[in-house]
This record gives sequence, structure tokens and C-alpha cells, in this order.
Amino acid sequence: MVESLIGGGHVGFFRLKERLISKTVGKNNYSVPGNLPKCTTGIQGLDEITTGGLPQGRPTLVCGSAGCGKTLLGIEFLVRGATLFNEPGVFIAFEETAEELAQNVRSLGFDLEALIEKKKLAVDYIYVERSEIEETGEYDLEALFIRLGFAIDSIGAKRIVLDTLETLFAGLPSPAILRSELRRLFRWLKEKGVTAIITAERGSGSFTRHGLEEYVSDCVLLLDHRVDGQISTRRLRIVKYRGSSHGTNEFPFLIDEGGISVFPITSLQRQHEASSERISIGVPALDAMLGGEGVYRGSSVLLSGTAGVGKTSLACHAADACCRRGERCLYIAFEEPEAQLLRNMRSIGLNLEPWVKKGLLRFHAARPTMNGLEMHLASIHKLVEGLKPSLVIVDPITNFISSGTVSEASSMMMRLVDYLKARQITTLLTNLNRNEGALEHTELDISSTIDTWLLLRDMELNGERNRGLYILKSRGMSHSNQIREFLLTDRGILLTEVYLGPDGVLTGSARLAQEAKEMATAAQRNQEIERKRGELSRRQQALEAQIAVLQLQFQTDKEEMERDIATEQVYLEKLEQGRQEMAFSRKAESNGAPGSFKKVRK
Amino acid sequence: MKRKSTSNGDTTSVEVPKKWQLRLYVAGKTPKSITAFENLKRICEEHLAGEFEIEVIDLIDHPRLAKDDQIVAIPTLVRKLPKPIRKIIGDLSDTERTLVGLQLRSGLKIRE
Repeated sequence: MVESLIGGGHVGFFRLKERLISKTVGKNNYSVPGNLPKCTTGIQGLDEITTGGLPQGRPTLVCGSAGCGKTLLGIEFLVRGATLFNEPGVFIAFEETAEELAQNVRSLGFDLEALIEKKKLAVDYIYVERSEIEETGEYDLEALFIRLGFAIDSIGAKRIVLDTLETLFAGLPSPAILRSELRRLFRWLKEKGVTAIITAERGSGSFTRHGLEEYVSDCVLLLDHRVDGQISTRRLRIVKYRGSSHGTNEFPFLIDEGGISVFPITSLQRQHEASSERISIGVPALDAMLGGEGVYRGSSVLLSGTAGVGKTSLACHAADACCRRGERCLYIAFEEPEAQLLRNMRSIGLNLEPWVKKGLLRFHAARPTMNGLEMHLASIHKLVEGLKPSLVIVDPITNFISSGTVSEASSMMMRLVDYLKARQITTLLTNLNRNEGALEHTELDISSTIDTWLLLRDMELNGERNRGLYILKSRGMSHSNQIREFLLTDRGILLTEVYLGPDGVLTGSARLAQEAKEMATAAQRNQEIERKRGELSRRQQALEAQIAVLQLQFQTDKEEMERDIATEQVYLEKLEQGRQEMAFSRKAESNGAPGSFKKVRK
Repeated sequence: MKRKSTSNGDTTSVEVPKKWQLRLYVAGKTPKSITAFENLKRICEEHLAGEFEIEVIDLIDHPRLAKDDQIVAIPTLVRKLPKPIRKIIGDLSDTERTLVGLQLRSGLKIRE
């Protein structure tokens, strides 16, 4: 009851949607202004496509072939009315006794006996056996009216189901009387103000075998049960809804232990809140490529790639990161059973077992062909409602094709993504690409609903195959345009820069070889530089030595020359001295003669 | 109204189970129910003199009783005894068919 107020600030429709999907429906006070009053059925999804429910106080015809779920729809309408909206209901069974009916729906979790006990439900079994009856004149169905009236009044019923009224045609003679009486019946039901469901068998060429659609013209629902490729799908269509807008598509529905769930394909309004919170995808280098912070919470991430490129490993990293944050993760594995997955992840250093034990990580391993698509969707819904995860991984979505057609699988995935997005649950889908065909292509055409698309691809070169990863698109963030080499090591996933050389992108051992080659070249260069440096210093030393020698030479020369100069001077002095001595000895004029001698010398 | 009418009209006499027990379901005193009752009385007196017992049940007063005999149409005549149960709907204006319905036709033949 309290949970019905989820999103209290939203418009009625949104609230209704929340209410229905969580199945915690509250008061039946919802109405669309200006539209005719509606009776909320409480059947998951049906109120959504009828924009509020069945016409209040009027009869609705539910037709379909045998085994399509007419009776169940009627029963659930009453059970939901009684349990969720406190609207008692009457079930008029023409085909099964009350005991049989109670037994048949017990498997769906409906306890009719308890409801009857609480006077929330009345079941009246009307048995008409043609062979016991003789017609002898005019009659009317007043007794039927009295029985209905009595049943309605005894519990104050607001809802009634007549299943299947057409049995009367088989049991009673003179159809003419019957027809006029049925006309009277529908008028009478309207006067009573009860919301009625009248079920009828599908006729060939008409909706019902006896043309009941002529009388019940307010709302006609058509149920269908088709088997396509050995997989059955139930569908519901609103043929007519007077005075109300409604979905016109065929909506798949299913019957499981929780009753009927109708899945509107496109009705989920694209009005989800967009979180700006970013969450890690579990590989730091990849987070860095995604604008440094990872993906947005509540966004949809697609991992596509060919077989064996590491989609599952990457998905498990994301699961690990999610659990590390203390959030819950639902892992829907279509390829591997849980134990195998856990073992394989240990080999790359990822131990997910503690998360499983803590209840943060839940594996749901199922064979895709086990169920029809709708059943898958329903079981996912149920798991999500139960676990309330913040991350849902579907690995791989491609397998859905094997349980339906491509277009069905696409629409189902679209609905799944929408559904999860509306709950702010991050979705991680993996897609197996076949080797042929473009990589930027998913077999399920869901790329438009995907926010972040990571492409894992093989790069074959020099006789080996290596993995590359790049971001094809990522809405709302600046992301790396690089191709990274994607390595699965025993310590998890590593993203390394690929080698971009003159020969293109090199990965794996080609990259290693190239790197080694480059290293060798670099070493050579270094040696060369060292050698040149040595030579330079040697040359400098040689030059310096030469300079020293020259300087020494010069010194020697200089000393020698200075010695010569000194010798010359000594000689000159000696000469002068000798001449003076001579002059002195010859008593010659001491003034004139030495002066003329000097001139001569010069 | 729930009334019993026996062939001799004497309700004070000791009731012995009659061979024929008939029950007529009506809903109010509509012309159809009155016609049916009159037709029934006439047929019974003609063919089952002294051997029948008619119980008229008005469903307006006793809506619950409609369930027991699985009544949907009004008027409905139920042959409770002799077994098996037979139902005859309509105002019994077609005497021939009423007799067939009560399986009196063959019975009469035997008696004759």
C-alpha cells in the first residue's frame, strides 16, 4: 500500500505503472480526468495498455480460442479486485465447478476458498445439460438473473465474471429467446453497476461463436495462443474500447505462478531520470577510456564481439566492480552454468565466489530455448523485483534469437532495457557477433537503445589472433578513440596501448617483436652516442696535449732566444769595453771616435 | 410462495410419499408462471391422478434454491421423482412435449 506512492510527484500514469509492475497496488482511486471511469484490473500490464483498466460498471468481452487464458484472466480480475482494491467479485462458472476452479488456480497462488470464506468472492456453478431439458413453451432467464443478483448482493460485489456464457446456447433451446434474454442481461448488468467480464469462445470468422460481440460493445479483448517454432506465445489485443484510448498492438502476455503478465512493448514512457553518477566497469584502463570515470549509472552498455574475445570476462569484471561497491548484481548467463563461470573467472584472477556467498551476486543460468521470450522476460522481471540489483548482465543476448524470431527478440530486448532503465539499473549486454558481417552490427537491432557500445574484436596478424577493444559510442561523455589491446592475464584484464607503427597496428607478439626491435635500435644508437662522446673527449685530450707540446716548444724557443739575446748583449758590451780599453791605451780622443764607430755599426 | 399441492387437495391427511414429485420454479406471479402452474396441474390430474405432488418455488423469495436444482430459465419444472431428474422449461403450453419431457408418454403406454 505504501509502495504505491513511489514517484508520488509524477503524473497519474507513471504512478500507475510503478504500481502495477511492483504489484504492490494500493487504492483504486486512479482515474484519468475527462475519460470514462475505469476499473483497475490489477493484472500486471493490462491496466497500462488499457490506460487505466476496464470500463467501470460495464461489461467487457474477452474472447479467444480454447486454452488461451480467458478463465484465468477472469479469475485474476476478481482475485486482484478482492485483494488489492477491496472489491468483492462473483464468478459465474458455466464450465467448471467451484472446486475444480479453485484447484485449477491454486497453482497460480490464488486461494479461492479463503476469499470465499472472507466473503470477497462468490463462485456459482451453473450447469445446463441439454439432454435433461425439454422445452415446452415460452420461457425466460429470470432464474439466471436471480442467481446473479443473489450472488452479487450476498457479498456486495463490484465485479463479476461470466465464464462462458455461450454454454447457454448449447444447453438451452430456442436461440431467439436466448438472444433477447442476453441483451436484457447486459443491460441488467449495467444497471447493477458491476464491472463484468464475459468470456466467449472464438468463432471462425467472428470474434465469438454466437456473436456476443453484438451485445457487449464497450470493450472487447482478444486472447490468442500461438505456437511458433515449437515455442508458444500468448498474445492479447484490445479489439475495441469505446470511449478510451488504448494500445492497439498485440501484446504478448504470459501465465506463470504469479498470474497473468501483459507486456506492453512500447508503453514504458521514455521519461526515466538520467543519473549523472558514473560507475566503474571494473577495468581501470577502460574507465579511463570512458572519460576517466566509467559509464553512467542506469545506462545500457553493449559489449559485442566475436566468439572468444573476452566478453564474459569483461562482464565479470563489471560484476566484480559492482559487488565491490556493495551493490547487487544479477548475472543472466545463457552459455555457462554458474560453477563453470566461477571456475573460469578464477583462472583470470577474478574470484566471484565471495560475492555469491554474500548474496550480492546472483547468477541465473538458463537455456534460452527453455522458455519463450516472454517467459524469459517475466523471469528476469521477477528476479529484478526480488533481488533489486543495480547492475543486470545478460550474457549473451544473441541467444534470445533461438527462442523466438529476430524481431521478437529485438522488441523483447528493447523492453528489457527500457524496464531496467526506468529503475536506474545499469544494463550490461553482451552480443556475440558472427564472424561474417560487419562488426558494428548486432543481430538484434538494438543499437539505438544502447548508450555505451564497446566493441571487442580479433586482430589477426602474423599467424596469431589478438584481442582489441574500442569504444564505438558512448553517449554523453568524451571517450577515447583509441584501439587498445585487450589482454587476459592471470591478474585480470589488462588494456595496453597497441603499437602503431609504419606497418599499421601491431598486436601480440608482433607488437612485442616490434618493441624489441625498437629497443635494440635504441640501444645501438645509445652506443653510438657513447662512442662519439668518447671520441670527442679523446680528441679534446689530443688537442690539449698538442697545445701543451707547442707551448713547451715555444717555451724552449723563447728561452733559447732570450739566451741568444743575452749573449749578443754580453758580446756588445765586451766589444765596447775592449774599444775603450784600446782608446785608453792609445790616449785617443774619447769624444769623437766612439760616436762615429757607433754610427757605422748601425 | 412455497406451496404444496397434492392430487386430492387434502393437506391434513397423512402424507405418503407420492410416486411423482414435481417441483415448479417460478419468479413472481408472472403470467408465464401462472400459465405454467395451471398447465401442470391440468396435465398431472389428467395423467397422474392421485400419484403426484407439486411443489412451487418462487425464486424471488428463495433465490438460494435456484442453485440446488441448477435453474436458469423460468418457469422450470423439475421431475424429482421418479429418477432420473428431468427438467422441462417453458410454460408447459405444449402438452405433448411436456409429456415427453416427463417421460409420461411411454409410461402411459405401459399402463394401457
